[in-house]
Amino acid sequence: MAATISRRSRFLNFEFIFGALLTAVICLAVLLSDILFPGGAEKIDLMARLARPFSSLAHPFGTDPLGRDVLARVVAGGKISLTVGLTSVIGGVVVGVLVGLAAGYYRGIWDMLLMRFADVQLAMPFILLAITFIAIVGGSLANTIILLIASQWVQYARLVRGSVLSLREREFILSARAIGVKDWRIIFQHLLPNLIGPVIVLMTLNIATNILLESSLTFLGLGVDPTIPSWGGMLADGRTYLQTAWWVSLFPGVAILLTVLGLNLLGDWLRDSLDPTGRTTR
Amino acid sequence: MAGFLIKRLLQAIFVVIAITLLVSFAIRLTGDPAVMMFQGGGSMTEDDLARIRTALGTDQPFLVQYFSFLKGLLTLNFGRSFTGSTPVSQLIANALPATLLLAFISMVVSIAISIPLGIKAATARGKAADQIIRVLSLLGLSFPNFWLALMMVLLFSITLGWLPPSGMVGISSYVMPAVTMGVILTATNVRLVRTAMLETLQSQYIMVARAKGLSEIKVLYKHALRNCAIPLITYFGIQFGGLLGGIVVIERVFNWPGLGTLAFDAVGARDYPVLQGVITVLALFIVGVNLLVDIAYGLVDPRIRTE
Repeated sequence: MAATISRRSRFLNFEFIFGALLTAVICLAVLLSDILFPGGAEKIDLMARLARPFSSLAHPFGTDPLGRDVLARVVAGGKISLTVGLTSVIGGVVVGVLVGLAAGYYRGIWDMLLMRFADVQLAMPFILLAITFIAIVGGSLANTIILLIASQWVQYARLVRGSVLSLREREFILSARAIGVKDWRIIFQHLLPNLIGPVIVLMTLNIATNILLESSLTFLGLGVDPTIPSWGGMLADGRTYLQTAWWVSLFPGVAILLTVLGLNLLGDWLRDSLDPTGRTTR
Repeated sequence: MAGFLIKRLLQAIFVVIAITLLVSFAIRLTGDPAVMMFQGGGSMTEDDLARIRTALGTDQPFLVQYFSFLKGLLTLNFGRSFTGSTPVSQLIANALPATLLLAFISMVVSIAISIPLGIKAATARGKAADQIIRVLSLLGLSFPNFWLALMMVLLFSITLGWLPPSGMVGISSYVMPAVTMGVILTATNVRLVRTAMLETLQSQYIMVARAKGLSEIKVLYKHALRNCAIPLITYFGIQFGGLLGGIVVIERVFNWPGLGTLAFDAVGARDYPVLQGVITVLALFIVGVNLLVDIAYGLVDPRIRTE
C-alpha cells in the first residue's frame, strides 16, 4: 500500500498554511481583545445605534440596536467559544483515554459496560440529551462544558480501546509483560505513546465540533448566559433584527465559520501527516 | 446467522430500554409539572398541587410510572400530554412525517450530489480537482447550520422574497431547511465516498474491468460503486442519528412543525409524556435503522457474523 500514499508534501501545503494562519490570527485577536477594544463589548454608543457596517472607522462592522460595537463583541465573544472548545476537549480526552486504556487492557466487565454505554449514546441525539440536561441543571458556561464532555468522552474511549486491542497482542507488549513490567508502566509508557496520534487528530477536529455545538446550544438558549457576549448568543439576538440589521447576524456567524474552518484544516492536515492510511476518517 | 440476529436484536432492545429509563428518570429531575401549571396563576395550596399530581400520576413511585410507560410502549401508547391532554401518540403522528420527510429529502439530495463528487475526487487523487473538492467539503463541514439557515432566510425570504421564511406552507417551505441540512451532510458524504472509492479502485477486478476495455463510466459507476455500496450504506445508517439530531435545531430556526419543535415545547412545559414519547420514537428509528444496516451487512459479508 505504501506506493499508493499520496505524494504531496505533508508539511508546507495549503491546508496547513491556511489553517494555521486562520487559527493563529483568531486566537491572537481573542487573547488581545481587551487591549484592542478598551471598554470593549459592553460599551454603548447611543448616538450610533444600528450604524451600518463599513461606513465609519469607529464601528467598522456596525453597531447593534443598543449601540454596541459589533466588531468588539465578535472578538470578545471568541473567548467563550475558545474556552468551551479547549476545556471540553481536554476533559473528554482525559476521561475517554483513561477509560479506553482500562477497557482495552483489562477487557472483562469494564469493556462490556463501555461498549454498551457507547451503543446507548450513539442512539441518543445529542441535542435532546442537551435539552433534558440543561432543563435539570440550568444553562451556564460550566454546565455547557460538562455536557460536551459527557457526550464526547465515549468517542475517545472507543478509539483508544480499539488501538489497545490490536497493540496488546504485539511482541513489544508481550515481552514487556514477560519480563514483569508493571501494568501501569506498560499502559502509560508503552501503549499510550503508540496510540496518541489518532487521539490528537480527533481532538483537533472535536475542538471545531464543540465550538459549533456550543454556539448552537447558546443560540437555542440552552448554553452560556445570554448576557455574556458569545457568538451563539449574538446570533440569537441578531435573529430578532434580521430584517432591519443583517450585520448583527452576519459577523458572528462568519467568525464561527472561519474559526471552525481553520481548526478543520489543521485537523485534516494532521490526520494526513500522522495517519496516512486514513483509519480515523469520520 | 440466527445467533447473530438474536444477539443484535437483544442489543437493540437493551439500548431502547436504557434510553427510555434514562430519559424518564432525567426528565423527572427537571421540575414539577404541577408547579409549572400554576405559574402566574395566582396562589395555590399544597392540596391543589397534590390533586394535580394525582391526576397526572406523578405522585406514583418512579418505577411504577416507568413500567406503565413501558407497558404502553408495547402498543405505541405513550399516554396523554400533560398540557391539553391530547394522546401523545397523536401529537407524534402529526409531527413525525414533517421531520422524516425533511430527513429523507436532505439525505437523498446529498447522496445524489456526493457520489459523483466523491468519485471525481477519488479518481483525481492529489490533483487539483481532488484538492478543490476536499477544501469545499471542509468548508461545508465548518458551517454552523443554524447560521446558514438565518443567512438563507435573509437572502431568499427577506431580500428576494422567493421563499417562505418559516413554517410549512407548501413544497417551497422544504427548500431552505433541506438545503441547510444537505450542505453539511454532503460535505461529510463526499469524503466517505472518496475514501471508500479509493480503496475499491485499487482492487484487481477494477484493473480487469479496465483491461477488458470497459468505458471509464462503466468501470466507476457499475463495478466500483457497487462494491463500495456496503460500507457506504453502513456510514449512511450511522449518520441517520446525527441527522435527526441536527434537524431538531433546524426545526427550531424554521419553526418547522416536527418532532424537534414538539420536544422543545415539551421541556418548557415539563410535559413528561411528550418528551419521553419523542425521544423514544427517535431512538427507535435510530436503533431500527442501525439494526437493519447490521443485518444487511451480516447477510452480505459472512465475516461480520462471527465477529
